[in-house]
Amino acid sequence: MTQLVLFVIFGAITLAAAIAVVTARNLFHAVLWLLLAFFGVAGLYVLLEAPFFAAAQLFIYMGAIGVLIIYALMLTRGVMRQQVPLVNDQWALVAVLAVALLAVLSWLFLQHTWPTVDQAVGPDSLRTLGEALVDPGRYGFPFEVASVLLVMALIGAVTIVRER
Amino acid sequence: MLEQFTFVGFLFLVALFLGLFMFGVPWLLRLRPRKSSSYKSDPYECGLRPHGEAWVQFKAQYYIFALVFLVFDVEAVFLFPWALAYHHLAFYAVLEGVIFILLLTAALIYVWRKGALEWM
Amino acid sequence: MDFLRNAIVEIGLWIEGLLINAGLAEPAADVIMTVVGAFVVGFTPLMIVVFLIWMYRKVSARIGGRMGPNSSGTWAGPWGLVQPIADVIKMFTKEDIRPQGIDVIPYNLAPIIIVVAAVMIWAVMPFGPGAEMVGADLNIGIFYVLAFSSAALIAFLMAGWSSNNKYAVVGAFRAVAQLLGYEIPQLLSILIVVMVVSSFVGPQGNPLSLQSIVEAQEGMIFLVVLPLPALVFWLASLAEINARPFELLEAESELVAGVQIEYSAMKWGMFYVGEFMGSVAVSALFATIFLGGWRGPWVDTAPVLGTVWFLLKILFMLNVWTFFQMTLPRLRIDQMLAFNWKFLVPLSLFAICVIGVVNKLIPEGATSWLRSGILLATNVVILLLAWAVLAIGKRRRELRAPAGAGVEVGA
Repeated sequence: MTQLVLFVIFGAITLAAAIAVVTARNLFHAVLWLLLAFFGVAGLYVLLEAPFFAAAQLFIYMGAIGVLIIYALMLTRGVMRQQVPLVNDQWALVAVLAVALLAVLSWLFLQHTWPTVDQAVGPDSLRTLGEALVDPGRYGFPFEVASVLLVMALIGAVTIVRER
Repeated sequence: MLEQFTFVGFLFLVALFLGLFMFGVPWLLRLRPRKSSSYKSDPYECGLRPHGEAWVQFKAQYYIFALVFLVFDVEAVFLFPWALAYHHLAFYAVLEGVIFILLLTAALIYVWRKGALEWM
Repeated sequence: MDFLRNAIVEIGLWIEGLLINAGLAEPAADVIMTVVGAFVVGFTPLMIVVFLIWMYRKVSARIGGRMGPNSSGTWAGPWGLVQPIADVIKMFTKEDIRPQGIDVIPYNLAPIIIVVAAVMIWAVMPFGPGAEMVGADLNIGIFYVLAFSSAALIAFLMAGWSSNNKYAVVGAFRAVAQLLGYEIPQLLSILIVVMVVSSFVGPQGNPLSLQSIVEAQEGMIFLVVLPLPALVFWLASLAEINARPFELLEAESELVAGVQIEYSAMKWGMFYVGEFMGSVAVSALFATIFLGGWRGPWVDTAPVLGTVWFLLKILFMLNVWTFFQMTLPRLRIDQMLAFNWKFLVPLSLFAICVIGVVNKLIPEGATSWLRSGILLATNVVILLLAWAVLAIGKRRRELRAPAGAGVEVGA
């Protein structure tokens, strides 16, 4: 019961913040709302008994991505004073696409039978994840590829920022 | 697991209470009169009246540091489960983690050689 | 006597017994005890901060050859002990100046976030042996601490960006460059500790939990076993809490007060408290991870002593912090960035690889003394290597620049 109440609270926080992100007229406020949405998602992860992902959510999305967005904002001139328009002339097309995407996703969601395991999350789940990450039979290769991906992201970023 | 987070939840409420208490009590008390004048409420600029906008544009250099940070941040999240399982891993599995780190070290060296870490 | 040996736990059990006797169901009593525990844990850092304000003033005054708060002049109690109370009253009653053109909600939210984040960290701190003495022995332990410490950065950004002040904006920019960057060596040094704890505690136990990090230091404290991560962690943490020599966010002489510039009265006080809470949290973390937390003599017979040792270790580290604050000059921003990205980060990346491999090569049956010795030797070798690399680099620079050419700018 408590869990359900908490789920509703965190879900409401996430949704309300997400709506505020797209309706906020001030870009800086939009980012702050986005951070609140991330926080709500972290709460949902805790309810799913995945505290590592909750902490990673705070750590990466609030501590790094959010900061990066604010940062990009600070590099842009005059975002604070201008009241930017919320829509441009393509809004009708985008609305149709968004509704279509929502329909497809809901359809998929309802079609699929979601496998559920009638078992509590073990205390060693994080260790299992760690072992699986470097197990060549399981995620060993993707793990290394992730590293290469990060390297590429870094090289790309440096190339773009220094190209002047 | 969730029982332990009950404590975290309550601590969050206590922390919020502390923050709001420190913030709210002076606001409610209002022991000193608020006398505002246009000079007093100016943004502080060492005694002169402020000149121009506060939100000035900055150079992109800061952005590189933030991006490099982001990459290493994501790396750390990958490495935490690995370090946690360290005792249970075979030697080659530890080496896999080391290769993961070395690849990123190579990226850091690349950025360094490119001169992106130089402050200008 | 038996009561005193484990006084804190006994008091908790006594209160719970009272509640159950008063007719409360046991789950309800448990919830009430959790709330009481949350209050105790939440107020502990605040109490330490109030004491720290006095100690900081006293110790820093002594370093500067002054008296510090004392009872002469205005009465401030014996040795000026009542001074913090006077400070708090002053903070609460000062006029709150509202600057023009601020972004009201983020501006007011920032100090609250700083205080909340600083308190939240204490949930996983082990105050003594046993599960009762940790607020919540989460299985993500130290990772939880790191997740919340990044919230302070958001608060700095909000404060800087919403204050409508150029100095504040510059301070916020520096906050990002500094706080983000130094998170990396902090993380990496903690990863080294987690790996080593993993092989000390064996298959049982969770090396991320701060309680098992303390338990792993049964034979020897980690400051001796892993001096290199300890050094890196301490330096990086100093930067994270904006302490000298990494005091660039505040930098009175150039940025006036950085992000705090437009804050007055208690809102400024909250930044101040947040900064002190940060230093207490870092001291507590260092004491837990590298100084053995609650470990000390006679803890086995009287567990309550563990809390005393822990608090004493925190106070010791706070004095180290004060000493750094009072004696070191501030780095320039280019030096600060170079020290992180060109020294601490490569050093800790190198260390994590070497220590990871070496520690795995030690046979599993080795005694903890042998393991500690080998790890210490590895640390010393890495430190010597780092010193050699620095010395060679310095020599090269000297050869390149002719003697007497003056100070190299931007080195």
